[in-house]
Amino acid sequence: MSKFQFPESIKSRPVYGTLEPRVGKFHLMIADAEGAEAILELAAQDSALMAKSHIIFIPNGTDYGDQLKALNPAQYYEGPSYAASVQRIRHVLANAHQGLQVYLTGTEGLMGQAQNEAMQAGIPHTFIQTEHRGSVARRMQCVHCKGITEDVMTDPFVCSHCGLNLFVRDHYSRRLAAYQGVCIDAEDPGNVPEPVELYK
Amino acid sequence: MSAAPQKAKAGAEQINVKVSAVVPLNDLVTRFEFQRTDGQRLPTFSGGAHTVVTMNDDGRTRLNPYSLMSDPTDTSTYAISVRRDDQGRGGSLFMHTRVKVGDEMQITYPVNLFSLDLRAKKHVFFAGGIGITPFMSMIAQLERSNGNWELHYAVRTEALGTYVDELRYKFPNKVHVYYDDQSQSIPLEELLDGQPLGTNAYVCGPKGMIDWIHATAAAAGWPDAQVHSEEFTAPQPGKPFEVRLCKSDKTIQVGESESLLEALEREGVEAPFLCRGGACGQCETDVVSYDGEFIHRDHWLEPEQQAGQKIMPCVSRFVGASLEIDR
Repeated sequence: MSKFQFPESIKSRPVYGTLEPRVGKFHLMIADAEGAEAILELAAQDSALMAKSHIIFIPNGTDYGDQLKALNPAQYYEGPSYAASVQRIRHVLANAHQGLQVYLTGTEGLMGQAQNEAMQAGIPHTFIQTEHRGSVARRMQCVHCKGITEDVMTDPFVCSHCGLNLFVRDHYSRRLAAYQGVCIDAEDPGNVPEPVELYK
Repeated sequence: MSAAPQKAKAGAEQINVKVSAVVPLNDLVTRFEFQRTDGQRLPTFSGGAHTVVTMNDDGRTRLNPYSLMSDPTDTSTYAISVRRDDQGRGGSLFMHTRVKVGDEMQITYPVNLFSLDLRAKKHVFFAGGIGITPFMSMIAQLERSNGNWELHYAVRTEALGTYVDELRYKFPNKVHVYYDDQSQSIPLEELLDGQPLGTNAYVCGPKGMIDWIHATAAAAGWPDAQVHSEEFTAPQPGKPFEVRLCKSDKTIQVGESESLLEALEREGVEAPFLCRGGACGQCETDVVSYDGEFIHRDHWLEPEQQAGQKIMPCVSRFVGASLEIDR
């Protein structure tokens, strides 16, 4: 089961949709792990789509690669991590033209960071399609030391940079592609609630 | 002097000006230049802004919006270019036949409903006829910041090519002109294809041209948020009708050739406005009750709002037994 219904939250929290084929001159699809399932469903809706598509896939230990390759996209790239793939993403966007459609699917961290690249390349964020699949882990910024901790699964958690105990907020930054983590025991150091898994 | 009208009621803040120049440009278009009567500086504005000019036509007040087409950083003088419309309601004819150098007039503070998106990697302008005016000030603004732009300008004939010579002389590589009478047309699909990511398109011209560019760009996969357009709808005449104003406790008549907004103003009823062309939403008014049919001409309300909830008094009319609005 790769789909998860996020609870209602504050306006700052991103809302994800369901990918659908759109008219465009070219299509850039960026996915990690179970996001591959959303690409497979997207391809099934429009047989002409893949001939004009570039898929960038980060498996994160999953084995969807062969199924995606079998879709026969115009270009296919598999990267070991987002950090390893971002050079290619920037290159594709830098050489793209108006009429490009961007589809992002998988974890929030992947979608947020790739959306940020697409926005900087000139695409309005409202025009970028997203669909959440897979892990509900969050990419968190420590508002104190500014360090980013990836794949946070509990609230509170310990900042991987400065070691503060951080409360997981729904307050999100599109610029940073991260949620804000705020020190939970600033006024009473050491009084830290037991960490609870997100959405439990 | 505070140039910004923050405390003022939107759209109503006026500047007293005198006409400093009247420059006929061709058979149809004349440029009018204004300076403040008190000798002060005019506010700066942003490319694409318009002003509403008050005309006193033998006791009848006409208020027409015109794009400011002078350099936005020139605070000594504002300029508008007015195309004479012999079939129109008379505002442009008044400007052409009655306004002389030295006349005192009133104009509103500039309002911009058609501004540049300065995040754009490139700006592509499409102008049809007198639709060139907002692009004159946008181009002046972009030239100061070394902006990346190009203009595609469709005109009827060489004789009616308003500002064509000036634009071509200043920007020979950026300005492209298409003459209808030589069967030239804007090669839109080719122009939209291959523009760099983050290009924004802007169109000002007849409604058919605006619709064509929106539709062609959408079919080429352009984000709607990157296709900007401005169209002022002049209020159309129609059958006179009666309106009950519940807040003012008045019943007024709207004449054949006046708009509901003009009728409100004639009766001294406070009604906000900015564009007077159905685009800005400022005069949006709640419908209290009605028995009849609305003739909606705005670009503002959603279809469900037009179904008896709201009306834009600047351009829309009513036919039927009774109408009561919240003014």
